This record gives sequence, structure tokens and C-alpha cells, in this order.
Amino acid sequence: MPNFFTENSDIQFHFNRLNFENIVNMIEDNYEESKRFNYAPINYEDAIENYRKVLEVVGDIAGNFIAERAADVDHEGAQHRDGKVSYAKGTQENLEMLSKADLMGMVLPRQYGGLNFPFTVYLMATEMISRADASLMNIFGLQDIGDMIVKYGDDDQKQEFVPKFTTGEYTGAMALTEPDAGSDLQAVKLHAYQNEKGQWFLRGMKRFITNGNAHVHLVLARSEAGTKDGRGLSMFACYGDETVKVRRIENKLGIHGSPTCELQFNDTPAQLVGQRKFGLIKYVFDLMFRARMGVSAQALGISQAAFEEALMYAKDRVQFGKAIYNIPAVSNLLIDMRVTLESNRSLMYATAKVVDKKERLEEMIHRAKKAGESTTDLNNELKATNKIANFLTPITKLVCTESANKIAYDSLQIHGGTGYMKEFRVERLARDARITNIYEGTSQLQVVAAISGVLNDVLKEYFNEREKKQYAGGLNVLSNHLKEIREILYDLLKYVTGKKDTGFQDVAAKELVELYTYLYVGYLLLDEAEENQKKRFIANRYILNALANSRKNSELIKSETYSDILHLDEIVK
Amino acid sequence: MYNSIVLVKQVPDTANISGKVMKDDGTVNRAKLPAIFNHEDKIALEFALRVKDKFGGKVSAVTMGPPRASDILRECLYMGADSVYCVTDRKFAGADTLATSYVLSEAIKKIGKFDIIFAGRQAIDGDTAQVGPQTAEKLGIPQITYAEEIIDLKDRKITIKRKIDGGFEIVECLLPVLITVLKGAADPRPFSSKNLMAYKGAKSLADLEKIAEGNSLLYVDDLVHEYKNRKIFIETMTTDDLDVDAERCGVKGSPTKVHKVESVVLAGGNQEMIEPTKDGISKLIDNLIEDRIF
Repeated sequence: MPNFFTENSDIQFHFNRLNFENIVNMIEDNYEESKRFNYAPINYEDAIENYRKVLEVVGDIAGNFIAERAADVDHEGAQHRDGKVSYAKGTQENLEMLSKADLMGMVLPRQYGGLNFPFTVYLMATEMISRADASLMNIFGLQDIGDMIVKYGDDDQKQEFVPKFTTGEYTGAMALTEPDAGSDLQAVKLHAYQNEKGQWFLRGMKRFITNGNAHVHLVLARSEAGTKDGRGLSMFACYGDETVKVRRIENKLGIHGSPTCELQFNDTPAQLVGQRKFGLIKYVFDLMFRARMGVSAQALGISQAAFEEALMYAKDRVQFGKAIYNIPAVSNLLIDMRVTLESNRSLMYATAKVVDKKERLEEMIHRAKKAGESTTDLNNELKATNKIANFLTPITKLVCTESANKIAYDSLQIHGGTGYMKEFRVERLARDARITNIYEGTSQLQVVAAISGVLNDVLKEYFNEREKKQYAGGLNVLSNHLKEIREILYDLLKYVTGKKDTGFQDVAAKELVELYTYLYVGYLLLDEAEENQKKRFIANRYILNALANSRKNSELIKSETYSDILHLDEIVK
Repeated sequence: MYNSIVLVKQVPDTANISGKVMKDDGTVNRAKLPAIFNHEDKIALEFALRVKDKFGGKVSAVTMGPPRASDILRECLYMGADSVYCVTDRKFAGADTLATSYVLSEAIKKIGKFDIIFAGRQAIDGDTAQVGPQTAEKLGIPQITYAEEIIDLKDRKITIKRKIDGGFEIVECLLPVLITVLKGAADPRPFSSKNLMAYKGAKSLADLEKIAEGNSLLYVDDLVHEYKNRKIFIETMTTDDLDVDAERCGVKGSPTKVHKVESVVLAGGNQEMIEPTKDGISKLIDNLIEDRIF
């Protein structure tokens, strides 16, 4: 197997044009830590070299170690016996390997043993690991829990938990979902109570908890008796000791290596993390940014893997006297898949940088407040960045995860009958992809999260600026297409909001979000096309498709296709 | 606490042969081949690092080779070696196993006190399996070859499982000792990201000389000073640093002369039974990959 970093030209392309000196400078805060840690960078160039070297290690481990174990991990799966959960042998070996390579605390601070990397670089690692074995990402990605404690825990909690996450001694779990609280987390019931000494305890059930056998759980629980909504929920940390019972693990369609557990907390001693009542409305909301980007990277990794399988098979498979690679219907599918894959990656890393910037600004505000400095400018910048991150994160999740399913589907199609068999990797990829557009918020919920950004036209100024730019040659034609899409969008927005019917607006939201996404990604691809000849093809097909789909979406909305939902009962009976 | 020294070698990657790589005199033209860390030496390093993990102590790695051999010393640092030594000099070039083990044993004397020397069984370029044993002879210490596993290490006594024809034997030995390890005896650990970032810029004297040659504003002595301060200088040993007899080094000290090279087709001989099971097949594939045939 190849190195998934050095031998992936598209990741290389994006890595080489990260140009995020402002973000790295913020993370490294004048590169002060180079005096205390021999592995801390001394300047921006040194930091980039560090990221590159470490990603090379990740690419090697992913391509040559984890990928080799993926089929066995899928076959064996995580097991539940006598109340204990065990990973598949390969999963265990993978985690040991990643721990030895110091990769279990990539974004965590150095003082707790982490690498202090930008979120964007961590997502590149996540993508490569997911390409090798999507199920491993669910455990690797739980580094976010350490990050939550770093951000919101007190000093004792940081000392107690975080260093053991970075060495890989502890794994974490995020216990949010309950039988009656899935997409609607405001309905969480798990009870948190205090004894007379002030010690907190947790009591109740959690369901669908990834890695529920973890050493440390972050639990969303109702700390305010008598409340019913999100404002009564707080965040707690507890050990997965004998009071936390794994009642069962789920028998799933895919990601078999990741144990999905039903948990029972029996008066489990716990510590409050951060402030009471902020559990859902601040901390979980914040975690969701990272979790959604993590799943997007997972989906992108699966897409890359599925594309590689399709390409390899199409070149090998001979029918009608030639490789099916050269049969137009197949060639066209391959191009479609590649355009989707590469445009997703552009969106992914553009969003990653915005989320990175948001988090760095938060850190800087935190530092400035501590030092008693003014934070007005930083606050304004954060507010503006937040608006964009709030829009880009859900659309990235929506686009990357839906695409992963489509690419895996098409890859299996290219394999024909053999693709349906267990002997080929693609059937696993198709199964693994299927969860990505469900967990951490379904695609439908991502539309809900993104639509206000579209209605408020959050990228208005950005698009205005972009429309002024002149492109050379054929690219100018494409930029004119984007202008047309924007006109269609505004026309539709006027139409939809003019009806003053929120039900209609909810249904049309999907089409509107799509159009807005086309504009944002379209401009990203135009920039890339200016730098790189091959990317011209990507931009061309993407934007032509986008224009056609925008016209179609317009037609669907304006012809009142969806007004029949008023007759739901009659139609479906 | 046990201190280990590991003998490592940079070798041509025999899995990536292209063009004319054999010289007319029957020796390998190393410059034409990509260079890699000899796999069994990496396993030797893994053994040493495991001893350190369990009992404490220091791990040093030493190589004799051309300047570019500092590549594998950096890799030793990435894996967790505490210090590395590059033994390099034009006068050492062209050495056979006799001259190599002579220079290495003198270098080891300079490195200092050790409890165990680990080495790979053999290098994939020469396949002689002589350097480890000869080094032990020159240092006057016992040797255990073909080691597969350290069974025990206690009170300055080591117990080793070693491979023999048709099976294995378990031997005990008092320290100090030189041990050569077999492929498959352990999986070398990955590079530690922290070490990788910390030591990516580590340079040997020869590396710094090259930098100074390319920039008239830089002086080697200043660079060495700077790199030592930053703790990223790879200790370098030349004939000046070692108590060696020049007549016993390099080509001069090498009685081995290649008489003739011919392509030999092997028939029969070595046999291994592979069980027709999933495990058996994966073991076969692993062996083929390790031998760089696959």
C-alpha cells in the first residue's frame, strides 16, 4: 500500500497551499514554547515542516499498517462479553501504533503531552486514517474530548485527564444521546444530583455511545431538577468504572471496529465540567463544530478509498476487449467521482481553516482577558468568523457525507457483481459510508443549521468581492456562470420568503442551501484552477453541473412541486 | 538499568533495483540505489528500546558509512535512541567485514560503557552475518546470534531464545554480550512524532561541512557549536577520533577480494512447510514482503 500522504497528489496540493500563517502564529503565540519543548517550532516555516513530517508518518501508518488490518477489523468487530467490551485485534494494534507515534493528542497543548497542531492538520490526519479504516476514526477522533476538558475544565481536571489522553493510556467517550433524545438533545433526561458534601453523581441511560467502554466519559446530564429544555443540562466528566455498565453493543451495518454501546450509569461519581446549565447550549454546541468536521473528514477518507478501488478495478477489468476504464459510461462516472472528491476536499479544508481561526480567536480572547487587555477588536473578528463557521460547518458535513455515499455507491457499481461480494473492499466502504450522513446530525439537520446563513446571506460581501475579479480565458465564462447562479438564488430567496410560509421554507431549504454551497465551492475551485491546469477540469465540470442543478432547483421550487405536502395523509395512505 | 549500543547500517534498497548497479569489479554501485535502513538492524534497535522501556538505561546507535548514512541515524533518533554516532572517513571506505568490525569495535570503546550490543543478523546487501560476531570477538565479549526473543533479563544475566536448524534453543549469558537478532523477531516501532519534530534537523559533521561548502559565510566550527547547543548534532567519528591503525581500515585492511560474480540458480534445498490456513498464507506473504521479493 502507498503512503496516504506523500502519494496522494490532491492532499499534497491542499497542504502546499495552506498559507495559514496567521492561524499558526496565533496557535504558537510568538513561538514561545520552542524554549521549553524541543519539538515546538521556532517559526512558521518550521511549523509547516513539522506538520509535513508528522503527516508523512500518519500517511505511512495509515497506508501500510491500518489499511492492512481493516478487513479483519470489519470481520471481527468489537465484541461484548460478560459486560466487557473488547476491540478487534487490529483495532487494538492500530491504537497502540498511533499512541507510540504520539498521535493521540495532536491538537492538545504541549504542556499535557500533545502536539499543539492546528485543527486543519489534524483533519488531514483524520482523513487518511479514515481512508485506511473508517471505524478507527471514531476512536482516534475522540481526542476532541481531551480538547473539551482543556477548554472548559479547571486546572485539576486538565492535569487529571488530559496527559493520559495524549499518551493513549485513556480513551474517551462522549455520552450525549439517549433513547428519547437523538437529534433533539434538549430532551436529555440522565439525572445528575449532588449529595450533602457537594459530590455529583449520575444516574440513568445513554444509548448509541461510540466507544462507550472508554476510561473517561463526558456526559450531558440534567443537573437542574424540574427543567425540561436545554438550559437545565450540564456537562460532567466521570470514569468508566464499575458503576458504568455497558448493557449491550449494537450490531451495526458498518464501522464494525467501533463499539457502539448502551450505557447505564448507576450513581456514578462525576465532576462538573465548566459552568452549570451550559452543557448543551455552549459546550455541546461547540463540540459539534469539531465532531461534524471530524465526520466530514471521515467521509472524505471513505470517498478517497472508494474512488481508488473503482479506478483500480476499472483499469484491470476487461470486457468487450478493453478495460472498462475506457468505456464512456464508466469513464464518465470516474470523472464525476473525482470531481466530487476533489471539490469536497476544497470545501473541507477551506472550512477547516475558518473553524481553526474561530478557535484561535477564542484562545486569544481568553489570553487577553487574563492579561487584562482590551478584547473589543478580537470580539468583533470572532463574531464575524463565527457567522461564517456556523454556515460552513453544516454544509461541509452535508456535502462530504452525502458524497461519500454516492462515491461508494458508484464505486460498487463500477465493480459490477463482484462489488456486491464480501471479497472486495468496496462493499465495506459502502456500509461504512452510510452512517456518516446520519450521526453528529443528519443531513436534514445540517440543512436546518445552514439555512439561516443563506437567508441572511452571510457570504454576501465575500461574493461581492469575488464577482469583481477578472479571470483569464475560459475561467471567465465559469465566473459568469457563478454570477448567474447567484441571480437564480436571489430570485428564489425572494420567492420563498415572500410566501411567508415556514413549512414551505423548510422544504425548499435543501435546494437553497445547495445553491449557496455551489457559489462558495465554485469560487474556491476557480482560485485553484488559476494555479493548476488539472483543476480547470474540476472547476469546469463542477460549475457547469452547479448551473444546471440551480436551474432545476429553481424550477422545482417555483413550480410548487412541494406544495403537495399539505396532502401528506392522502398521498401516502 | 542497562545501556545498549545498536549497530546499524544503511543499505541499498534491493527491492528497487533499476539500471546498472553492479560495478565491473563485482561490487555494488551504491550511489545508483536508493538507500534504506537495514531492516534487521531496525529490529535490533527495537530490542534495545524495549530493554530501555522496561529497565531504563540509554540506547546509542552507531553506523559506519558514507556521510549520507546520517539519514538512518536520524531515524534512530525518531524511534527513540538517546544518542547516535556516525563513523565516517574516506579511509574507512571499501571495508570488508574484518575492517568494518575493527573500526566499529574501536568506535564502541570510545562511546563508553555498555551492557548489551544489539545488531541485525545481517545486512541485505552483503548477507555475510559476520560483522556482529567479529565485533564481539574484537571486544572480547560473548555473543548470541539469531536471537528471536529476550526471555529474561535479571541480575546481569540475559536469557535468549535463538533460532537453530529445525527449532530453537534457549541460552543464558552474563553481560556484557553482543546479540544479533533475526527478522520477524519484533515489529519496529513507528517514528515518534515528537522526536521527529525535535530531531528532523539533526546533522553530522559531514552534513555541516557540506552546508559550509555551499555558503562562504558559514564556518563548520560555528555550525558544530550551534548544533551542539541545540542538541541536534550527530556525533561524528573519523580516523582522528579513534585509536585505529590506518593499515587495518578500509580497503587496505580488507583481505576480502571479489573474485567473480555469477548468477546462480538455486534448486532444491531449503524447504518450509506452509500450512494451508489463513494464518499460514499471511505468514508466507509477510515473509515475502520481508525478503523484499513481494
